Amino acid sequence: MTLATLSLTQLRQKLLAREISPADIVRDLAARRDAVDPAIGAYLRFDADRALADALHADISLPLGGIPVALKDNINTTGDLCTCASRFLANFRSPYDATVTRKLRAAGAILLGRCNMDEFAMGSSTENSALQPTRNPWDTQRVPGGSSGGSAAAVAADTAIVSLGSDTGGSIRQPAAFCGVVGLKPTYGRVSRYGLVAFASSLDQIGPFAGSVEDAALLLHAIAGPDPMENTSRPIPVPDYTAALTGHVEGLRVGIPKEYFVEGLDPEVASAVRAAIDWFANHGARVTEVSLPHTPAATAVYYIIATAEASANLARFDGVRYGHRAPDAKDPLDLYRRSRAQGFGPEVKRRIILGTYVLSSGYYDAYYNRAQKVRQLIRRDFTTAFESCDIILAPTTPTPAFRAGEKTADPLQMYLADIFTIAANLAGVPALSLPCGFSSCGLPIGLQIIGPHFAEETLFRAAHAYEQAHPWKDRKPAL
Amino acid sequence: MTYEAVIGLEVHVQLKTATKMFCGCRNQYGAPPNSHVCPVCLGYPGALPVPNEEAIRMTILTGLMLECDIAPVCKFDRKSYFYPDMPKNYQISQYDLPLCLGGRVLLDKFAFPKETQKDPIAEAKKPIRLVRIHLEEDVAKSFHYDQASGIDFNRAGTPLMEIVTEADLRSPEEAFAFLTTLKQILIYGDVSDADMEKGQLRCDVNISVRPVGQETFGTKCELKNLNSISGVRRALQYEIARQIDIVSSGGTIRQETRRWDDTAGQTFLMRTKEQAHDYRYFPDPDLLPIRTDQGLLDQARARLPELPAARKDRYVADFGLNDYQASVLAADRRLAAYFEQAAAATQAKVAVANFLANEFLATEPDLDQLTLPATHFSALADLVASGKINSKQAKDLLTEMLASGEAPGDLVKRLGLEQVSDTAQLDAWCDAAIAANPRSVADYKAGKTAAINALKGFVMKQSKGKANPAVVDQILQSKLR
Repeated sequence: MTLATLSLTQLRQKLLAREISPADIVRDLAARRDAVDPAIGAYLRFDADRALADALHADISLPLGGIPVALKDNINTTGDLCTCASRFLANFRSPYDATVTRKLRAAGAILLGRCNMDEFAMGSSTENSALQPTRNPWDTQRVPGGSSGGSAAAVAADTAIVSLGSDTGGSIRQPAAFCGVVGLKPTYGRVSRYGLVAFASSLDQIGPFAGSVEDAALLLHAIAGPDPMENTSRPIPVPDYTAALTGHVEGLRVGIPKEYFVEGLDPEVASAVRAAIDWFANHGARVTEVSLPHTPAATAVYYIIATAEASANLARFDGVRYGHRAPDAKDPLDLYRRSRAQGFGPEVKRRIILGTYVLSSGYYDAYYNRAQKVRQLIRRDFTTAFESCDIILAPTTPTPAFRAGEKTADPLQMYLADIFTIAANLAGVPALSLPCGFSSCGLPIGLQIIGPHFAEETLFRAAHAYEQAHPWKDRKPAL
Repeated sequence: MTYEAVIGLEVHVQLKTATKMFCGCRNQYGAPPNSHVCPVCLGYPGALPVPNEEAIRMTILTGLMLECDIAPVCKFDRKSYFYPDMPKNYQISQYDLPLCLGGRVLLDKFAFPKETQKDPIAEAKKPIRLVRIHLEEDVAKSFHYDQASGIDFNRAGTPLMEIVTEADLRSPEEAFAFLTTLKQILIYGDVSDADMEKGQLRCDVNISVRPVGQETFGTKCELKNLNSISGVRRALQYEIARQIDIVSSGGTIRQETRRWDDTAGQTFLMRTKEQAHDYRYFPDPDLLPIRTDQGLLDQARARLPELPAARKDRYVADFGLNDYQASVLAADRRLAAYFEQAAAATQAKVAVANFLANEFLATEPDLDQLTLPATHFSALADLVASGKINSKQAKDLLTEMLASGEAPGDLVKRLGLEQVSDTAQLDAWCDAAIAANPRSVADYKAGKTAAINALKGFVMKQSKGKANPAVVDQILQSKLR
């Protein structure tokens, strides 16, 4: 039997019981990775030798002692490449640790490998990676979702126990739904962004992927908390999330947003989510309809604010200090133009141009300013809704995983893959996706649970109770 | 037709914080290139800024010293443009909500160039209004060589204040006085050393000319590369003459940026005003707004020093100093502190002020290295006031005191300078003088009162300069009566 299919919790028990060693886990994951990852492409790099060396020194008395963790390739780790799946940073070696990297090390975790993603986290299918494609373990003709497609696919394919991704408009939850795993976007300010290569600073959050809710809770506990290096991290203590896993939902007030059950929602997704809602209603939760009236504006608002911030965030990639430098530039301007033209892919360029446009004088008020105002309304939607409910249940995605190449020709169709996930980023609230069934052709379907700011405990409690009653996680892709 | 100049300044001031604006790197001038850098100030992927509250406090203090309104919230914006000395290709600055709004600087008479201090304008205490003061991060420094350029990022991310004036200045001398006064205030507040040659205070100038009486402004030019306060004055003198030349011969001024060449004494065209830059300002999402009215403002207020102008007025009112002495002593924070130490230990405050403002300053002392105890000056003033030494002796003693560092009391003994006021001794010397100079005695008695001076000279010579002249005068007069 391989250790690769066990959960973090199970592995920790075996480690503490001295039944296995951290090196055993690394070896089994490496073997699994060699066997199945060629067909998936979840990993950009997998350094088994180094992970084994680290495994020998792992302190299993620590909370994540001896547990290998895979990272999305936009999280800085001293001495490692940090490519963001971009040609621009293909050879960029980071001189520093992100705060989450530092915290993982401090918790005893072993850094295992680096996962593929859409270039600079811009995309919903991981097809925008400039380095390699990643496919969905449930159907290798389909995408794993994105932008954290590699992190989700690795957990789904049992080539990682747990992993970290980042979520700007759904980049953790959408691939979690597509790949049939648990993924959480924490409250904005819960996890330090220091060392996460920025896409859209006011929306980005790092979060966990795991095979179970409990594992996700343990991983979040290790990476969350205030950070003196990160001005937008909040000085709120991190609770013991596992204490919230009571297994029941009695008295929980569950809101169902009518705006999320609309035309375009796949009937199989709708019925799986409806069935999950019924389960909550039948197990002591009080289910009511709520309204998030500004939901239809969320995608437009998102593509203005996210691209505006990205246009400035990505300005530093200029070929002067690091990353791709075009040869034979005549002067600085020529250096910028050529380096960026050669280093960035088409989606990144599209978003930089869009973001530059919406911030330009004469357009700022019509786009950026207006989008900020609507963003406030979206925030207020959630504040109002959470006066009458503790969590909101909704589909994570309108459809199960789509086919590779299906949406690459039409950026707008690709953007619409995130319509149900974007609002949580705009409002800064936490949201989790967990499996709630399979489509008729065997593709996972995700249930999204959204909560008020810093209510991760409530999300974990609800998700865990549902998961206990519905062991979808025990179904594994045939690889 | 006569023309007048209309001048506005944009002054950048480096704050003397221990660390940079948004990271923990040291804020130090003159370190080896790229020795104070980190992922944050190099703009590495994923690095994030954390604001330096001390820089905010210092900017608020500057605002208080310059009578500005302080914004209740400190908010930062991103200003986007590409330049190799800018690590992120956006600068964290303040756009629509600067920390300080309004404010003014009163031009002090003695801040004007010396030869213009008698002009009526120098007497007027003219107020120069400020538009705003905001806080931002400085950029790196570029060096250009034959085949390549180098960038030193030590300066990148250090805190920088930008102070913008209204176009209230009307002459190069006013600009000179403004910068001199501003510099004094900045040093008083301990927010910057404000040394233009080290780039701690940098000044861009907007200058236009117009016929006297005309309301609207002429077309302005911007001057750059001004590296000293006197350089600003010379550049403005040149530029005003250049513009008046053009306008009075029927030409028109082009809006352009010009570079001052201090050696050539001329301004040269750098660039004509291309289409306006679009900096695409927007609020920096990495930085939360900071309330200034919950601590920072009070902390800054607690540091508010007595400013040069107030100090000068106090010296005149309380110590009886004249305007010039008071200004000279108050102009420099270190000198003023030294003077007050000395003045506190004697009643002869004017005498102390005289020694410091005249003889002492003339020796061009290093005000950072004032090892001589200030009380030496108090003792010196006391010796004169009590008649123990005369003013001629005092000057000699001062020279000796500055050279050796010895206390005046000790020097008087060592040099045997103590004035003789003992009447028996003086009596004897006066008798000798009368005996030795019958001619002068006869002249004096015949009504030539000036003849007594010869007798006094005799006594001084006999006493080797130590005789108290006033007492000798009395004794001689009574003996000759």
